[in-house]
Amino acid sequence: MPSTPFAAIPAVVQALSPEDAERLSNVSPTGWRNPKPLSRYHLLVIGAGPAGLVAARAAAALGAQVALIERHQLGGDCLNDGCIPSKSLIRTGRLLADMRNAANFGAVPPAELVFDFRAAMLRMRRITARISRTDSAMNLAREGIHLFFGTARFNGVDTVDVDGVTIRFKKALIATGSRSMLPDISGLPEAGFLTNETVFDLQVLPKSLLVIGGGPLGCELAQVFARFGSRTLISHSEPLFLPQEERDAAQMVSDALARDGVEIHLNSTVTKVHMEGGKKVVELLNDGNTATTRVDEILTGIGRLPAVQGLNLKAAGVAYDAEAGIHVDDFLRTSNPRIYAAGDVCLEHQFTNTAEASARIVVRNALFLGRQRMSALTIPWCTYTDPEVAHVGLYVKEARRRRIPVKTFTIPMHDVDRAIADGEEDGFVKIHVREGSDKILGATIVARHAGEMINSISLAMVTGVGLRTLANVVHAYPTQGAAIRQAADAYVRTRLTPLMVTLARRWLQR
Amino acid sequence: MNAQSAHALAAAGLAKIAPADEQMLDFLQRSAFDYFLKQTQERNGLVADTSRAGSPASIAVVGFALSVYPVAVERGWIAREDAVQRVLATLRFFSASDQSGTVASTGSRGFYFHFLDVETGLRAWQSELSSIDTALLIVGMLTAAAYFGGATPAETELRQLANMLYERVDWNWAEHDDDAVALGWKPECGFLNYGWQGYNEALVLYALGMGSTTHPLTEASFEAWTVTYQWENLYGIDFLYAGPLFVHEFSHAWIDFRGLRDRFMREKDCDYFENSRRATQIQRQYAIRNPRGFTGYGQDCWGLSAGDGPSVEPQKVAGRQQAFYGYAARGVPWGPDDGTITGSSVVASLVFAPDIALSALRLMFDRATSGKGRSVHASGFNATAGVDTTESGNAGWISEGEFGLDQGMIVLMIENFRSGLLWRLTRRIPCLRAGLKRAGFSGGWL
Repeated sequence: MPSTPFAAIPAVVQALSPEDAERLSNVSPTGWRNPKPLSRYHLLVIGAGPAGLVAARAAAALGAQVALIERHQLGGDCLNDGCIPSKSLIRTGRLLADMRNAANFGAVPPAELVFDFRAAMLRMRRITARISRTDSAMNLAREGIHLFFGTARFNGVDTVDVDGVTIRFKKALIATGSRSMLPDISGLPEAGFLTNETVFDLQVLPKSLLVIGGGPLGCELAQVFARFGSRTLISHSEPLFLPQEERDAAQMVSDALARDGVEIHLNSTVTKVHMEGGKKVVELLNDGNTATTRVDEILTGIGRLPAVQGLNLKAAGVAYDAEAGIHVDDFLRTSNPRIYAAGDVCLEHQFTNTAEASARIVVRNALFLGRQRMSALTIPWCTYTDPEVAHVGLYVKEARRRRIPVKTFTIPMHDVDRAIADGEEDGFVKIHVREGSDKILGATIVARHAGEMINSISLAMVTGVGLRTLANVVHAYPTQGAAIRQAADAYVRTRLTPLMVTLARRWLQR
Repeated sequence: MNAQSAHALAAAGLAKIAPADEQMLDFLQRSAFDYFLKQTQERNGLVADTSRAGSPASIAVVGFALSVYPVAVERGWIAREDAVQRVLATLRFFSASDQSGTVASTGSRGFYFHFLDVETGLRAWQSELSSIDTALLIVGMLTAAAYFGGATPAETELRQLANMLYERVDWNWAEHDDDAVALGWKPECGFLNYGWQGYNEALVLYALGMGSTTHPLTEASFEAWTVTYQWENLYGIDFLYAGPLFVHEFSHAWIDFRGLRDRFMREKDCDYFENSRRATQIQRQYAIRNPRGFTGYGQDCWGLSAGDGPSVEPQKVAGRQQAFYGYAARGVPWGPDDGTITGSSVVASLVFAPDIALSALRLMFDRATSGKGRSVHASGFNATAGVDTTESGNAGWISEGEFGLDQGMIVLMIENFRSGLLWRLTRRIPCLRAGLKRAGFSGGWL
C-alpha cells in the first residue's frame, strides 16, 4: 500500500458543488494511486457496487487479502444512480402530495404551493454524499482492501488485467452489476433521452416528461415527477405495471399514478420519436391505433441488462449470455470453479439487498468451503411508489404452478385502525400459507410503508414462525404493522371447527 | 348460513318468499323482457346493446335474447311460434354472415365481433372479435335449441343451425396466451394483450370450448387459466377472489354449478355456486364498512359490478377528491369504486343469497326515482355523484335508459330463482356436459 493513495486533489472536483465534490472524492477520487499488487489475492472482486463492497469488506474483516477493482464509482448504481437518489426525491414527492392533501387533515395549505426543484436535487446530492462517506475509497483502504480503479479484463483462469497490471487470485468474484437497457425506438437517440443515471443530473424540472417502461423505477419516477408538477406520461407494453407483482398490487399502483395525474398508456409501445419545435414528438401504438404526444423529456433505459461486456470472460472459462448474464449454480459458482458471481450480473432479482446477500454467500462458499445455497435465501423487495408494493417469498401463481395448495389471508388497509387514522387506507396485507397449515409461503403488502412492514414477514419466514405463532405476538396498537397480526388472527379463526365452538359453548354453559 | 342451507333456499325458490316479493320479482322480470321485444331488429335478430339512440348490437345481448325466449314462452309472454321465428331469424343471420375477419365483416372462425351494426350486421366501433361474448351468444343458441325440441320444420332447422354455428367456432385458435384463451382479437393488431387472468366469467366459455368435437380447447387451456386463481380469506370469508360481482354470476345464468366441482374446488371443499354466495356476502360486508364513504352504502345497498356510472367532474367525498369512472367493471374490495351500484348484479344474487338479495332489492325497487324498479333496471345509480337529473330527483345520478346485458341477467336469474328453467335446459346440452367433464368437473347433476 502507498502511504497515501492520493496524488493530488483533482481540479475538476473543485469546480463541482460541495456535495458532488464530497461524493466524488469518496467514490471516485481522481488521482488515486492503485496499490502495488500482491503476488496473489485470496479474493479478487470486480465491481464495487453493493455486492462487491459487501464481499470485499466481509472477506477483509476475516483476514483475507482482498483486491477490489472498480471501473467508475464506488457504490454502484444504488448509491450513485439508483436507490438512494430516487428515494431522496420520492420523499420530496410525498411531502408535496401531503401538502396538497393538507386541508383533509385540518391544515390550511399555502395558497400557492411553491416547489424548488433545485433545492430538492441539492438535498438528494447531500444525501448521496453523506452515505458515500461510509464506503469511501479511503475507508476501504483503511480496512486493508487493495482498491484498484481501472478496467478489469480476465487474461487467464486465475488472472485479471487492470489497465496493464496483472493481478493473480485464488478466488474471484464478478460483481459488475447491470447497465441500462435502451429500447430500440426509431429516432430516440437523435431526439435525446434521460436514463436512470442522467435523470438525477437534471438542472431544471421538465415541463413534460414521458417515462417509457412501467417497471419499479419507471413507476416510482413517473409518480415523483407528476408530484413535482411535470406533465407526466408513462407507457408500458403490458396490460399492467410491475409485471412481476400480483394483479391487485399492480392495479393499485396504476390507480395511484392516475390520482397523481400521470397519463397512463398501458398496452402501448413507443414506435417513433422526432424533434419538432424543440419538443420531442412521440408516437404511441395501442391495439393498432396510433396516438401522438409532445414532451420535453423522455426517460427510458430503466430495464437492466447484466454488465458482462469487456470482461473477456472466455479467457477465464466463465459461461454467460447477454440476457441472463453470468451462469452460476445455486452456490453462485461459475463454470470456472475459482470464480463466483453475485448481484445483478447473474441474478434474476436485481435488488441491492439481493446483491449484498449473494455476496455474503460467495465469501462463505469461496473462501471457507461453505455450501450455502442462493435458493435458500428469503429476500423481500419493494417498489417505492405511494403506496409502496413489497413482496417476499412465493407469489400465489408460483405456488399454484408448483401445485402447492395455497390460501391467502387478506387484510385490506381499510380494516386497519391506524391506517384509517393516518388516512392511508389504500392497500392490503396478503399472507400466503400452505392450505391446511400456518406455514407462510410468501406475502405481498401494498401500503404507504409496505417496505417497513414486509420485514416482519421475512423474519417469520426465516425463523419458521407460522401464522398461529404470529397471532400470539402482541403488536403495538395502533400501528399499521398490526395488519399482519390481523391476518394471523383471521387464520386462527379458520381453525375454529364447529365442533370446537360447540364444545366451548358447552363448557361455558356448564 | 352454510352451503347446504343456501342450496336449499335457492332450490325452494319462490315458495319461500312473501307475496309482495313475488309481485316485485314478477314485475322486474316481465319488464326486463320487454327490452328484447323493443330493442331487437326482427329481420336479423340482432339486439341493441343499450336502449340509447344509435346503439349497435352486442352479440352477448343476442345470446341473452335467445335464452330469454324460452322463459317468455313458459310464462306466456309470447307465443312459441313467435319465439321460434325470432330465434330462427337470429341463427339464419349468423350462419350467413361474413366470416372473412376483415375490418368490415361480422366475424371469423366462428367467432363474432363484440359489437355489430344493428342493420347491416357488420363490425361496429372497431370492436374486437370477442371470445367471451361469442361464448355468451353460442350458449344462448344452444339453450334455445335445447328448449325448442319440437319436430316442426322450423324447430328442426333451429336446432340444426344452432349446432352448426357451435361446431363452426374454432375455440382452439383462441388459445393464445400461454394456452389460456385470449379475450379478443382485432384485424388491426391481432390478439389483444389484456392479461385476462384470474377467476373471471369464462367458465361457460371453457365448458363450451372443451366440449367441442370440431375445434376443442385443450385441457392445458383450463389449467393455464385456473393456475391464476387466488383463494383468499377476506373479511373472514374464504372464497375464490374476483372483484366485480358479475364475474360470479354470468356463467351461472346458464349452468347450475351446485355440487359441481373441478380439481380446484375439490381442493378447497367448495363449488362455484357456493363461491358466488360467499362473494355476495363479501360485497355486503364491504358496503357495510363503506371505506370510501359513499352515500347510501350499507347492508341493503351493495352490488359493485360492471356497468354504467357517472362521467362527471371529481368532487370531494369524505375529504378526498373522488373521480367518477363512467362505464367500468367496479369491484370489491379494491375498486374501482365511485359509489355506483349495479342493480342487475343484486338480482342475479337471488339464487346464491336470497335473504340478503331480497332485502337489498326491496330497497332498490322503491328508490326515489321516476318509476318503480327503475334503479334495478338501470345500468347503475349513484347517490354520491352530485348530479341532480330531472329523472332521479334527489336520488343522485342514474344511468340513462337500459342495457341489454342487465335485462338479460334479470330475466334469466329471476327465472332460475323461480323455477330453475335455464339450469334444467342446459343440462340437456351434450357439449356442455362433455366440456365440464373434460375440465375435470364431477358431482352434482353431472
